[in-house]
Amino acid sequence: MSTKRIPHWADVTLVPLVSVLLAFAISAALIWAIGESPWNAVKLMVDGAFGSSYGWGYTLYYATNFMFTGLAVAVAFQARLFNIGGEGQAAVGGLGVALVCLYIPWPHWTLALLGASLGAAAFGALWAFIPGYLQAKRGSHIVITTIMFNFIAASFLNYMLVNFLRPQGSQDPSSPRFPDTASLPKLHEILGLFGIPFSKVPPVNISLLIAVALCGAVWWLLWRTRLGYQIRAFGESESAAQYAGISPARITIIVMLISGGLAGLMALNNVMGEQERLVLNAVEGAGFIGIAVALMGRNHPFGVFLAAILFGFLYQGGAELALWTGIPRELIVVIQALVILFTGALDNMVRIPIAKLFSLRRAD
Amino acid sequence: MATIPDQTARQEAAASAPPAIELRGISKAFGPVQANKDISITVQRGTIHGIVGENGAGKSTLMSILYGFYKADAGEVFINGRKTEIPDSLAAIRAGIGMVFQHFKLVENFTVLENVILGAEDSALLGPSRRRARGVLKQLASDFELEVDPDTLIENLSVGHQQRVEILKALYREADILILDEPTGVLTPSEADHLFRILRGLKEQGKTIILITHKLREIMDVTDDVSVMRRGEIVATRATADTSPTELAELMVGRKVLLRVEKTEAQPGEEVLRVDGLRLVDGQGVERLRKIGFSIRAGEILGIAGVAGNGQSELLEVLAGLREAEGQAMLRGQPLPLSGQDCNGQARRARRIAHVPEDRHRRGLVLPFHAWENTALGYHHDPRYNPSPWRMDGAAIIADTAAKMERFDVRPPDPQLPAEGFSGGNQQKIVLAREIEYGPDLLLVGQPTRGVDIGAIEFIHQRLIELRDAGAAVLLVSVELDEILSLSDRILVMFDGRIMGERMADATDARELGLLMAGMEHA
Repeated sequence: MSTKRIPHWADVTLVPLVSVLLAFAISAALIWAIGESPWNAVKLMVDGAFGSSYGWGYTLYYATNFMFTGLAVAVAFQARLFNIGGEGQAAVGGLGVALVCLYIPWPHWTLALLGASLGAAAFGALWAFIPGYLQAKRGSHIVITTIMFNFIAASFLNYMLVNFLRPQGSQDPSSPRFPDTASLPKLHEILGLFGIPFSKVPPVNISLLIAVALCGAVWWLLWRTRLGYQIRAFGESESAAQYAGISPARITIIVMLISGGLAGLMALNNVMGEQERLVLNAVEGAGFIGIAVALMGRNHPFGVFLAAILFGFLYQGGAELALWTGIPRELIVVIQALVILFTGALDNMVRIPIAKLFSLRRAD
Repeated sequence: MATIPDQTARQEAAASAPPAIELRGISKAFGPVQANKDISITVQRGTIHGIVGENGAGKSTLMSILYGFYKADAGEVFINGRKTEIPDSLAAIRAGIGMVFQHFKLVENFTVLENVILGAEDSALLGPSRRRARGVLKQLASDFELEVDPDTLIENLSVGHQQRVEILKALYREADILILDEPTGVLTPSEADHLFRILRGLKEQGKTIILITHKLREIMDVTDDVSVMRRGEIVATRATADTSPTELAELMVGRKVLLRVEKTEAQPGEEVLRVDGLRLVDGQGVERLRKIGFSIRAGEILGIAGVAGNGQSELLEVLAGLREAEGQAMLRGQPLPLSGQDCNGQARRARRIAHVPEDRHRRGLVLPFHAWENTALGYHHDPRYNPSPWRMDGAAIIADTAAKMERFDVRPPDPQLPAEGFSGGNQQKIVLAREIEYGPDLLLVGQPTRGVDIGAIEFIHQRLIELRDAGAAVLLVSVELDEILSLSDRILVMFDGRIMGERMADATDARELGLLMAGMEHA
């Protein structure tokens, strides 16, 4: 029992921090083992991700994706629903964005953003609703169904792109470009309004602000509203929630709708913000990274925010590493996997020694 | 008068033989918590030694050290006068110690015989062990009233018989010292009496028995000596003949306590709840409630007695809207749905039915939630807590919780502490405060004092009686017969999903109720 006592601040900062450091230490050993200098690698990664506004731009672009998908996983996990389907929900969200942007003539990007947000959230939510409904009413396990729905989403998108969205005569299974009025302002344009210079190259755009705002909104939802209370009560103890008259089926479906909506909103960043058209495999695994982000962020919106930036750094820094050294791209994936392993799966390996340290200190 | 030669015989034995168990200065800490502190006990051969204490007093830790589950930080163990190291339970068995746990450690789909030889097989082939065990079991059965059919599957045995198998397992391993941890928690009074006869028989054969319990009546009935534990220390050891339940209770709690509940005559008013033909079939097709009917009136406490697992829990859950059932129920003359959309916890609360569930850890509380969040559990729609649909007013709930904690003497009175940080008694007070202060017409209460220390029991009982006197109907389910007898005005006894009988509390006794609980129609 005494091992469980660990101050809250240490639980949310110290444990993940030590985990990440351990993962980095092993990564360094790996880099050293393949004959590269770990020190140089760290310098390259940090410099590549944070050394310039160009690097920052890409880091934040990736981080934006991960905030959306990380929040999606975190919200569901507050109800102890393991939504593995962020990948598919984000992909279908992309279809929502594409349809809204292509078929409605928007007079201005602000309105287009509003419409695309609704489209992205609605399509993502719909894609999560089906597994949610099956879990709530039929007891089909959400992990299984959401994984399956990732594959269905990929095939469905392929079908839609090839048969409906692809322009006549094009060999490329992608939609036409969205009209200019649906083009989102990039971060350098926004910062430019305040006279702050920023690289024009990276695709980071106004969706970053939306993602950050959503971190706050999700926090508000979970800890300041009755719905959030019910979600958390259901997540911590289904039998106590039932005792309190909270309907498990209702909460399951609502949470999956919210979670899918958040994942779907990622399409604002990658489809509307970067590509400005719908392409095959636009999500590129960000849905799965969202699981790691949520795990590392302790399923708390602020944790998700920080973890998303860390993973943005790993993505951008890793790309630089692959570009400038002999370290293969795959090793970057290994580093990311180590971070996931240590923050997610090996949590107690770090937590228990830290708890022991704290109990020692208190005993003195 | 028979006790006098018995006692002299014991003293003589004590003088000649070394004590069966002697613990010297045992200490054990878990982190900052000192579970056992400098404990010394001497148990003479051929005696029954009781150890009493509240939950968390350190009884189980002490016995776990003796059985090799924990290693003491300091202290020595002497068995039959010889210093003995007990690093694991194998060593304990070799030293002749047998343990009967509160939760049996039996393989449900093995026979009695297979369970007895499990871990004590003599050879790779089971045949010889079986034959030997069969003979030994026969002998033990005739020596100690320990009859159990060796070829029955454990899952087909009653709880009382399963416990006998545990005792047989220990005796088969030639245990001289038997430790029983809360052995009567799951037994009917008659099964408990049988157990005590077995224990006395074992004692006469020279076995040494340590009985851990929180029931003072058992201590008085069966033990020779008793040690009282409080906060990890032995506060007193007495010859049972020289002490009284009142003294033991005071020693356990460290202050004066009322063992009997003081209450006035009930003033039953109009009928609050009437149920008819209540029937529940569970997922496995077993009929849990067999057409139950009864009524309860305002201003009375209706006690439901019975051995655990005879349908009382299901009855509570059905009335609380947590399970669907067949039958009719009327609350204050209006139908109360037993199935469908309007059969849930919210709808029940809207009809002014409050519920203190049997299992506060699983149902009554969300353990990781703060105390204030738990105060809103089930009442999270209360307009006082929700100034708008988009905001739950944490400050208002915290203030309300602080006031409730003060009125119910919850310690520590900190609304921000997670529910799991409170002791059992204080957790239960949080639940009770929430449900009682709602001002229900009908309060459903399950095991209100399970795992609750004596001091808090007194308080909880008083609150239930106050609620009754304020005109509410209280339905009390408890497996503690003493609690049923002292709190209830009227008592229903359940057995196998049926109501075996109804008695007025002041016109019955434990013996009569015990027979009904065992399913005997004409008590």
